[in-house]
Amino acid sequence: MSKDNQVLEEITSKEYEHGWNVNLEADEAPKGLNEDTVRFISAKKGEPEWLLEWRLKAFSLWEKMTEPQWANVNHPPINYQEIIYYSAPKKKVTLGGLDEVDPELIKTFEKLGISITEQKRLTGVAVDAVIDSVSVATTFKDKLGELGIIFCSFSEAVREHPDLIKKYLGSVVPINDNYFAALNSAVFSDGSFCYIPKGVKCPMELSTYFRINAANTGQFERTLIIADEGSYVSYLEGCTAPMRDENQLHAAVVELYTMKDAEIKYSTVQNWYPGDKNGKGGIYNFVTKRGLCAGDHSKISWTQVETGSAITWKYPSCILKGDYSVGEFYSVAVTNNYQQADTGTKMIHIGKNTRSRIVSKGISAGKSQNSYRGQVHVMKRASNARNHSQCDSLLMGDQCGAHTFPYIDVENNSARIEHEATTSKIGEDQIFYCLQRGISEEAAVALIVNGYAKEVLNQLPMEFAVEAQKLLALTLEGSVG
Amino acid sequence: MLTIKNLQAKVAEKQILNGIDLKVNAGEVHAIMGPNGSGKSTLASVLSGREDFEVTEGSIDFKGKNLLELSPEDRAREGIFMAFQYPVEIPGVSTINFMKTALNQIREYRGLPSLDAVSFLQLMKERMNLVEIDQSLLSRALNEGFSGGEKKRNEIFQMAMLEPRLAILDETDSGLDIDALRIVANGVNKLRNKNNAIIVVTHYQRLLDYIVPDFVHVLYNGKIVKSGTKDLALELEAKGYDWIKNEVAVA
Repeated sequence: MSKDNQVLEEITSKEYEHGWNVNLEADEAPKGLNEDTVRFISAKKGEPEWLLEWRLKAFSLWEKMTEPQWANVNHPPINYQEIIYYSAPKKKVTLGGLDEVDPELIKTFEKLGISITEQKRLTGVAVDAVIDSVSVATTFKDKLGELGIIFCSFSEAVREHPDLIKKYLGSVVPINDNYFAALNSAVFSDGSFCYIPKGVKCPMELSTYFRINAANTGQFERTLIIADEGSYVSYLEGCTAPMRDENQLHAAVVELYTMKDAEIKYSTVQNWYPGDKNGKGGIYNFVTKRGLCAGDHSKISWTQVETGSAITWKYPSCILKGDYSVGEFYSVAVTNNYQQADTGTKMIHIGKNTRSRIVSKGISAGKSQNSYRGQVHVMKRASNARNHSQCDSLLMGDQCGAHTFPYIDVENNSARIEHEATTSKIGEDQIFYCLQRGISEEAAVALIVNGYAKEVLNQLPMEFAVEAQKLLALTLEGSVG
Repeated sequence: MLTIKNLQAKVAEKQILNGIDLKVNAGEVHAIMGPNGSGKSTLASVLSGREDFEVTEGSIDFKGKNLLELSPEDRAREGIFMAFQYPVEIPGVSTINFMKTALNQIREYRGLPSLDAVSFLQLMKERMNLVEIDQSLLSRALNEGFSGGEKKRNEIFQMAMLEPRLAILDETDSGLDIDALRIVANGVNKLRNKNNAIIVVTHYQRLLDYIVPDFVHVLYNGKIVKSGTKDLALELEAKGYDWIKNEVAVA
């Protein structure tokens, strides 16, 4: 093994830093999944009858479905009866302020380096903190309320805004859409809801931090964001998880709905526990994220930085139904050790003059496998549709894999589709050049990788971009600190 | 400052350097000349710590330290700078960002605090003027899409930023037209002072019209076979390298 390989090995074998386990008194559902589990969850949350029916319908559909096998990932079969489907931190009283929040919870946030107190002071960031499936603290709510913006936990939305939930839940991702979406629909515990009224530009980034906290608890978050005519919102989702041995299943559903002239910008930084150096443990992340550009001139932009999880199966997509609507997907996916990622996007062009742009940057290190899977579909009616896709792969070392699976279906001759793909390796020459300037190997790798991912990182809101850069460095670099 | 004794080195089992002796003092400029394949670039690579080159014999002392025991980055932090013959491209990383990282890592090694953004910018502006480089170039991704001249000027700008004790210019003149050569050489001359030393590795004499050396050494078959003053370079220019080869053969 050359010295360079050794360096790469060292750099890429860094242990996960955010490993801890907070002992919140969990309020759990019994293990396993059947109709009773669904009823338990619904009852626990005091849901209306129609939502229970909706869940049960999803459950019966899920029972008839089989787990998809087409993704380029391998894992032992998941025993869905070994999972706890509901777990909530105990809430003794209704919280009036941060001082009333469980101090353990505050500690968790402090370990993450992002305390709520700090977040409050940060300009323009409202935080809806989701820990173990139940929202505990929501900030800036009053200020948003003045503008008519609704930003709350999903459960609260079910209670306070049942009409909106009834109308839009499942409107973008139907309950039978896919195996994991059906599962989520049956057992989702909580999540976030956001509604931006007509003509309102949300003045701050809306942000949610997710944590997975109790052992053996599947996380089934549900997010629904609706941007009414002419409105705008930028939404941030970020997560880290404590170290754990058992694999944890996570199957979230995110639905975005934009009306005429509206825009949603959705950014994710994902840093769930990826498993240890030998591939033991880690989160299984099977997520369905989809946005519907329902109105003309509407826009949905997905930006994701994916560094965590043992397995990632995720395709944030855009259905471009409105004429002149725009879909964007910017992604950095990093895999290390034995991580597997099969991620990409779907751009479905239905409306006329619709445009989409895909920028995907994969980085593989260790013995990991990193796949880009993207579909561009131009339907008959979609005249003058345009798409530009750029898929780059960066390899570190010689034991990892990068794969690209582009699918292009064009049913309208006026479409213009461009696809570019590159694969490169971090060059020894590049690293030596940095070393010769006094830059350490680790810093050199961070510099090169961040440079490579810059086009995507630039899409993130400022405070998130900094966090994302740190994460990239953390995921790929050696044993600093 | 630098003392090389009986330096022998090989790359991929091929012996390239066969016993080099060289002493460089602060304030001096040494030119290393020689025909292709004589070992000029190997010497530069060994000094900078490139791993493909294996030192089989000899020693290198730099400011009282055993250079061969230092990692490439620590050599840089101790004050060795190499202006590369073929500077690499690093997409997405601006020269400014690159230099900020380098400078602060070097400062950390020397126990100095990081430069804040304002002081860094101030320093950068000052050095930019010194080597006549445009800020727009420094904001672009490092060397990406740069012309040959721009790359070399960027190397000298980096040298100006890092203020090395010993700078090695590896074939800095290659691929430069006369105007670019003049600008690069002017930059180097402005950086010359009594505390630092420069080793100019070159095939041709013309760079030495602009960067006038105190000593000229001729490398042939991995050995310094002749040393002299700048006149030696002129003699080489007039007579070619065959003259040296013949002289070595006779001896």
